[in-house]
Amino acid sequence: MAFFTLPSAQDRGLIPEGRLTGPMPWVIAIMMFLTILAAAAGLSVRASADRVNADLAGRVTVQIVEANPDLRAEQAGAAVEALSKIRLVEKVEPVSETDVEEMLAPWIGSDGLDDTIPIPALIDLDLNGPATEANLDEIRDLLTDIAPAARIDAHGSWLKPVFNLLKSLQYLALGLVLLLAFATSATVLLAARSALDTHRETIDIMHLLGATDGQITRLFQRRIGLDAGFGGAVGIIAALMVLFFIAVQMGEIGSGLLESGLLRWHDWAILALIPIGGIVLAMLTARVTIMRALRKML
Amino acid sequence: MDSIVQFENVGLRYGTDTETLSDISFTLFPGRFYFLTGASGAGKSSLLRLLFLAQRPSRGLIKLFGTDAVTLPREELPALRRRIGVVFQDFRLVPHLSAFDNIALPLRVAGVSERELQQPVAETLDWVGIGERASARPATLSGGEQQRVAIARAVISRPEILVADEPTGNVDPDMALRLLQLFEALNKLGTTVVVATHDLHLLSKVKNAQMMRLDKGRLSDPTGALRYPPRPGDAGQGG
Ligand SMILES: Nc1ncnc2c1ncn2[C@@H]1O[C@H](COP(=O)(O)OP(=O)(O)OP(=O)(O)O)[C@@H](O)[C@H]1O
Ligand SMILES: [Mg+2]
Repeated sequence: MAFFTLPSAQDRGLIPEGRLTGPMPWVIAIMMFLTILAAAAGLSVRASADRVNADLAGRVTVQIVEANPDLRAEQAGAAVEALSKIRLVEKVEPVSETDVEEMLAPWIGSDGLDDTIPIPALIDLDLNGPATEANLDEIRDLLTDIAPAARIDAHGSWLKPVFNLLKSLQYLALGLVLLLAFATSATVLLAARSALDTHRETIDIMHLLGATDGQITRLFQRRIGLDAGFGGAVGIIAALMVLFFIAVQMGEIGSGLLESGLLRWHDWAILALIPIGGIVLAMLTARVTIMRALRKML
Repeated sequence: MDSIVQFENVGLRYGTDTETLSDISFTLFPGRFYFLTGASGAGKSSLLRLLFLAQRPSRGLIKLFGTDAVTLPREELPALRRRIGVVFQDFRLVPHLSAFDNIALPLRVAGVSERELQQPVAETLDWVGIGERASARPATLSGGEQQRVAIARAVISRPEILVADEPTGNVDPDMALRLLQLFEALNKLGTTVVVATHDLHLLSKVKNAQMMRLDKGRLSDPTGALRYPPRPGDAGQGG
């Protein structure tokens, strides 16, 4: 396909050397820089959401809320025994009373804990699948008779608002990337039009000498592609430097939470595709713009 | 003999003005030499622009090489244009290309390889007497030199029709004669030549040339050979 052909000897010199499109390469560099950063932000949000989700997806806590301590202990024991037997549950871990008291101490004070305030018995479960409604129902059914006071909470559901926020941030990043792509395309369109205006006389002469639209388009498209490629390269180098700098700083903090926000290898692959996509978009826009303009001439 | 160019009741109107060309009808035959004369502003360049497909007529029929050039889809124009060599009145050289590259342009457009085009371009440069100026840009050439580059570019691809608009306007009489001889040489090789000129001297220099006169956008036909449809016998008159 003629789209990606390299400069042929025939094309040489027909359009003067040097930048064809004025400041367009720098505008594209800025767009590319912003696009990559927006995409990196979106991808890292997604990466951390995925990781947190993977950690919490199978986590469930069973609370036995029963004022009578004897009854509570009895129901908790029965629940642990029953839960240990089903395939869905991988690990059953009753939380000791002292641990629960410690957890509650900041809120109700360590000495306030006497029998007048009932403390629930807690059992942590690791499911061997995600905590879907169906899975939770299975556990609920199992416990209705043996531990009527049981309440079941999936950890993931506590974080639902957080996940919703992370989703919104991802959509925001995607929206920014799309807007920037649109702006890039518009920049190329304007640059292509002004390049055509500047070289209108040369185009007319070439037409009259029998050049086809394809030949003329190729000339301009190649040069605009080179300019866009230059801008893309500058943009990605700048963006990578920024990302690398941030990654180093995150590494220094070394916190588990932050580490979980770093990009995964396929996220880097997506980022690497952005400048390529940008150049293809620029070439396509240039091609369509030029072909359309030429079609209006005789 | 089949005609190579045929105009029938052609009219041309720029914008909403009155017609610049009206009721133009004539027939040109292959291998002939034609002059087109007329006062400045009579419409010579306009007629030639129709002929080399830089412009579509407002009305009428134009046939080139037996093809209807008026309704021809624009994708098919390049193939037709490559069979026509044009010397523009204002030269229209590409300003940032050297004389050599300007002359090589039609060959490059036609896809001739770099190796194959070196010799013909060099020879043509010599023919028009600007061999030493091969690498000069148009802006650094004199008017006459630019004109010769324009002529060299028009003839380089051995077109079937050569259309020249005032091709000797900027050169001295000796050079004018030499360029005319170049056109005649091409004509002898079979190219149909159409030259628009004010210079009535030139007309007598080419034997058997036929003449068309434009007067305020209308064609008169002093040699009587160009009428459409041609009368039997007219075709042989100039040959
Ligand atoms: N592109 C155009 N738009 C509007 N009017 C035009 C255009 N080109 C030519 N004309 C008009 O058409 C008429 C004929 O012009 P043309 O250039 O064909 O004359 P010409 O015979 O070649 O003159 P000259 O001998 O001075 O070259 C003139 O009145 C000119 O003003
Ligand atoms: Mg003229």
